[in-house]
Amino acid sequence: MAYSEKVIDHYQNPRNIGTLDKSSSNVGTGLVGAPECGDVMRLQIQVNDETGIIEDAKFKTFGCGSAIASSSLATEWLKGRTINDALTIDNMDIVEELALPPVKIHCSVLAEDAIKAAINDYRIKQGLEPIVDGKKHY
Amino acid sequence: MLKLPIYLDNNATTPMDPRVLEAMLPYFTEYFGNAASRNHPFGWKAEEAVDYAREQVAKLINANEKEIIFTSGATESNNLALKGVFEMYREKGNHIITVNIEHKAIIDTCRHLENQGAEVTYLEPQPDGRVTAEQVEAAIKPNTILISIMYANNEIGCINPIREIGEMAHKRGILLHTDATQSIGKIPVDVITDYIDLASFTAHKMYGPKGIGALYVRRKNPRVKVTSQLDGGGHERGMRSGTLNVTGIVGFGKACELALNEMAEEGIRLAALRDKLERELLTLEESYVNGSIEHRLPHVTNISFKYVEGEGLMMGVKDIAVSSGSACTSASLEPSYVLKNLGLDDELAHSSLRFGLGRFTTEEQIDFAIEHVKTAVLKLRDMSPLWEMFKEGIDLKSIEWAEH
Repeated sequence: MAYSEKVIDHYQNPRNIGTLDKSSSNVGTGLVGAPECGDVMRLQIQVNDETGIIEDAKFKTFGCGSAIASSSLATEWLKGRTINDALTIDNMDIVEELALPPVKIHCSVLAEDAIKAAINDYRIKQGLEPIVDGKKHY
Repeated sequence: MLKLPIYLDNNATTPMDPRVLEAMLPYFTEYFGNAASRNHPFGWKAEEAVDYAREQVAKLINANEKEIIFTSGATESNNLALKGVFEMYREKGNHIITVNIEHKAIIDTCRHLENQGAEVTYLEPQPDGRVTAEQVEAAIKPNTILISIMYANNEIGCINPIREIGEMAHKRGILLHTDATQSIGKIPVDVITDYIDLASFTAHKMYGPKGIGALYVRRKNPRVKVTSQLDGGGHERGMRSGTLNVTGIVGFGKACELALNEMAEEGIRLAALRDKLERELLTLEESYVNGSIEHRLPHVTNISFKYVEGEGLMMGVKDIAVSSGSACTSASLEPSYVLKNLGLDDELAHSSLRFGLGRFTTEEQIDFAIEHVKTAVLKLRDMSPLWEMFKEGIDLKSIEWAEH
């Protein structure tokens, strides 16, 4: 299968690979997927407690090129946004940006799930209610 | 200067040997006759070429030329063998024994036959991918008519003890079919000493053209018959109708002749290169060879690089052409059923690469592949959350993963 140029670019030059201190109170960590399914994403955000702005985002992904690109792109989009604004990132935006074929849509879904999981982890640490995602992907 | 990309997927198909092409060329334009045209020189010339090629093909497996039925390839041969035997011997019984890591052309044909009233036993291989003669014998029932077991596996290259299975089947009066697509032309296959009754193989896995294969059907001790699956002019002793692919057959014959002459030396050379590749790649932590190491085709290795996903890895090694057992490379999004049925964790199946060396593989290419794969694995592990967890000593099995 041929990959889009953007997928190849993110795969070859992934943005924001790395690890933030998951025990820190202003870091939210989302770990989604499963090794048996062939993709696992870990996405972390570091939030400014006062402004609610995501100051840093890091990822590590076990998966195909599209999964790596989806999470790499997600970290780019997260930086500088408020956590409320980050919740508006939709998997279809990722599909569009990376020109993912239908068989790879699940990679974008996983990235969106990772964003939400990271935000919820942060919210719980801050004593806030987790956000219930009413969106059904499957 | 090394020409990229490098082809290391010779279990999928092989490039055609230039000597094969040379033998074929006159039969496209000059000697284009129909081998079934009995009354003019065009037909005679074609028939003569087919007869010669049939001898070349037969000789490679120590068969008689009358026992070679030309088909379009191994898939058709497998279909003809299983469906043809089932229909021909149905009054004797309806039970077939096979293995759950056979090629889809066997598995799906068996499924088809189950709908036609066949009873099929799918044996589970040993962890090394092989089945034993004892295992096969234990599955025999009074209504067993056919045992179909691949000579060597296409994904991991392990070689079954066909001679022992054949001898046992012969004593019990049960026919043995073997899908020998990956082994004929690579290692010695002798239908007499191996007690093989039917064998499927194809030209394009041994440096011949695509679209031409054969089914060996034993004529003596016992005389085996298969019901034709194509109705028509009654070619190939009534077992496979259709105008013969003369050009393809000529190429197939030449490929078999070359294999017979060069197989022994080529096997030694490729095993040495394969061993070097394998030895070097296994210096990477947490990498494992899948399937039998001892009983294996000389040109194949299948390695899992734990904590790295196969498709992602293939993208990282874009300068070499290999294949992966990863889900993402299949239409079904399921990881390789062959690796899963060996008892491998799905995770390891997702992380596997198959390297298939061939006649035109050079040491320079292997050296390049070693460095290329190592670099990609290390890079992907750097971005793998699973690798990080493994390094931190976290047991991945202790985590509740959200299956999706």
